[in-house]
Amino acid sequence: MARQRKVLPGVDPKLLIKDAGKLLPEPSRRLFLRGAASLGALAVLSGCDIIDGDTSENALRVVSKFNGRVQAFLFNPHTLAPEYPESMITRPFPFNAYYSEDEAPEVDADQYQLEIGGLVDNKKPWTLSELYKLPEVSQITRHVCVEGWSAIGSWQGVKLSDFLKLIGADLSAKYVWFQCAEGYSNTIDMPTALHPQTQLTLKFDHQILPRAYGFPIKIRIPTKLGFKNPKYVTAMWVQNNDAGGYWENQGYNWFSGL
Amino acid sequence: MSSVGTAEQALTIGVPHKVIHPAWVRVTHWINALAMLLMIGSGWQIYDASPLFGFEFPKQIALGNWLGGALLWHFAAMWLLVINGLVYVSLGLLTGRFRRKLFPLRPSEVLRDLLAALRGKLAHDDLSVYNAVQKLLYLGILLTGVVIVLSGLSIWKPVQFQWLTSFFGGYNTARYVHFAAMTAIVAFLVVHVSLAVLVPKSLRAMIIGR
Repeated sequence: MARQRKVLPGVDPKLLIKDAGKLLPEPSRRLFLRGAASLGALAVLSGCDIIDGDTSENALRVVSKFNGRVQAFLFNPHTLAPEYPESMITRPFPFNAYYSEDEAPEVDADQYQLEIGGLVDNKKPWTLSELYKLPEVSQITRHVCVEGWSAIGSWQGVKLSDFLKLIGADLSAKYVWFQCAEGYSNTIDMPTALHPQTQLTLKFDHQILPRAYGFPIKIRIPTKLGFKNPKYVTAMWVQNNDAGGYWENQGYNWFSGL
Repeated sequence: MSSVGTAEQALTIGVPHKVIHPAWVRVTHWINALAMLLMIGSGWQIYDASPLFGFEFPKQIALGNWLGGALLWHFAAMWLLVINGLVYVSLGLLTGRFRRKLFPLRPSEVLRDLLAALRGKLAHDDLSVYNAVQKLLYLGILLTGVVIVLSGLSIWKPVQFQWLTSFFGGYNTARYVHFAAMTAIVAFLVVHVSLAVLVPKSLRAMIIGR
């Protein structure tokens, strides 16, 4: 794991800056493509417009979309992510977000309700005490960050596929969309939502999920990169349209399967 | 010996304008050169997001400007690298070019040619025949290419291809293997490009074939 991460785990200063510049999303997004004019790329591609602007951005995103389809094809719903012994849990497990730990959302447990929406029979919101009563599953799996580092953690909660069945979700719908307390969001594909290890996580290492790791709810998906594992989840929608997500919209691959 | 081999050999005897590199070698070589630059440049940017060692690559020489941009480049250029690489390796095997150019490879000849090269006495009058050091380096870089693609695949898909990730010693070790393979390729490039500059006719041969 990177030394940098120990100071502010997972906070990439460049991404923070990029984040701050979100008022100007278009120019900043173009900026990284102009930045492609580095190394030998310019020497090789000079004379072409390909590096500049929308042509390049669109071309690369088309490939990324294609890569998403390739990954969906490679995804085997029966292949389980490797599980590890307790002795291999990374301690302390890193806090990771695009903001610092003291800026993490503070969710009031008594006021909290998980909102359910979309193609679901029973849209009754869920309180935490109701969720804590559901049958618990556990996993010790590797969290792999898009940045490259990884950490092994221990998560407990409700099997998401069981929960989706419990609320009468349309399992033939294409997507599940999660909204989070700080405005973060993710859309995931239904096959991943139904994967046996995809978990509506309520605990870390058998303790109620601490604020740093996403209290009150994290969606733990060991078959996807870390940013596709939303924390501080406040709402879950089952739907057929892709609502995108915080990082996906900025250019990270939508599927991001492992 | 394949028919292509016979034709090439016939050309080596006393014909002034013999073909040193057939068109497929030149085309795949330059596509590979572009793909390698894109992969290495974006790979450095990706490395910087979570460095394995106590250094980072300067932003000026890293591609993509930020992690997301670099990942878009890396996972686009990988298709270029892999498809082109498969075409090159298939043709290299099918035409017998690998067998003809890279073998036999004897340790004693490698030692002899290496010493000659270090004394600046390695003759380079026939570009169509590789000396033993060249054979070793070209064979080595081919194998390194296989390692960098497979280790990359094992980092990209550590769940779906977990057998491959295990083969490389697990997720974390596979990242080091991928980095080491990149280092080997960059080291090869330094030597390769320097020698192409020192022996300009070898560069010409890779462009126009003769």
